[in-house]
Amino acid sequence: MAINTNRPTSPHLQVYKLPLTGIISITHRMTGIMLTAGLILFVYVISALAGGADSYTAMQALMSLWLFKLVIWAFIYALFFHLCHGVRHLIWDSGSSFELDTLNRYAMIELAASLALTLMTFAWGYYGL
Amino acid sequence: MAEFTLPKNSVLIEGKTFKAPAGATNIRRFEVYRWDPESGENPRIDAFELDMDSCGPMVLDAILKIKNEIDSSLTFRRSCREGVCGSCAMMINGKNSLACTKAIDSYSGTIKIYPLPHLQVVKDLVADLTHFYAQYASIKPWIETQTPAPADSERLQSKEDREKLDGLYDCVLCACCSTSCPSYWWNSERYLGPAILLQAYRWLVDSRDESTGERLDELEDPFKLYRCHTIMNCTDTCPKGLNPAKAIAETKKLLVQRKLG
Repeated sequence: MAINTNRPTSPHLQVYKLPLTGIISITHRMTGIMLTAGLILFVYVISALAGGADSYTAMQALMSLWLFKLVIWAFIYALFFHLCHGVRHLIWDSGSSFELDTLNRYAMIELAASLALTLMTFAWGYYGL
Repeated sequence: MAEFTLPKNSVLIEGKTFKAPAGATNIRRFEVYRWDPESGENPRIDAFELDMDSCGPMVLDAILKIKNEIDSSLTFRRSCREGVCGSCAMMINGKNSLACTKAIDSYSGTIKIYPLPHLQVVKDLVADLTHFYAQYASIKPWIETQTPAPADSERLQSKEDREKLDGLYDCVLCACCSTSCPSYWWNSERYLGPAILLQAYRWLVDSRDESTGERLDELEDPFKLYRCHTIMNCTDTCPKGLNPAKAIAETKKLLVQRKLG
């Protein structure tokens, strides 16, 4: 019988279970993309501020929609997450904390810190703390 | 380039189910990736229900039981059955490991066995590692010297210098780490991957080697070394408990230190 030399590729992303560090790594990349896209919105807000009272009112009305509020908070969380994992990368670059147990501990610290920073920003923004 | 889905010829189709023998009470289900180059069909997942009362404790024992008693065409690599040869590397329940050192009881429920990820499949659980070995050869995995050998002794090494090789020389080149790395999945043509970079570092820190500079020159490349993005799948999956990610970080540090003089 003929031998099929058109060999299949073994399954990878579809079946591999990423460890927590792997999930955080891809999230770092996705938040990077989100932050870049979010800058467009950021530029719109700034240019509306510079455009005078009318453009400011229009921008404020748009930004008060719950959907845009959600986008802003997602942007802020993405910013802090990206920052925290960036700091993690700096620690890695020094050659330290590569051991398995520290990997998971640092991952939890990153997640907790980015969430705490977001909540602190929320408190500061709404209650002026 | 990153391709997140499988090509057409690699998409899985439904396979056969082999029921446990009548009267078996302690049954475990194993789902195994199959591809027969002579069938002309796509790869499939066969299910084998095994009687655990007549099966050894390790995942490799279960695979051998399938081959011996149910389907002799099941193809896989194995040799030492004690984690020193690296032949039986495969993906077990979504994580690469050596089938011979993984206890069946360390998993619950169905055990899913696939070949190492993102490689060309030769047959069933046997994947083509030609490229992996070629990459290994490319880092010159042997001592390179310029000075003449001592006349009446070997090139000696202090205890401290020898200790620097611990956790590096232990690597059995099973390819679990490299094939767990998403960066290696998308860029294996140019990125050396964790296993080969750990081996490269093993020669960089060997006190007897005299080609450290040339070795660093070879590695200083946006793809060969710097496609490591610290995803850490390699260290997570290594069945020998080694730390390829740390070896890569140390290599990057050596390059920075050299630049700073």
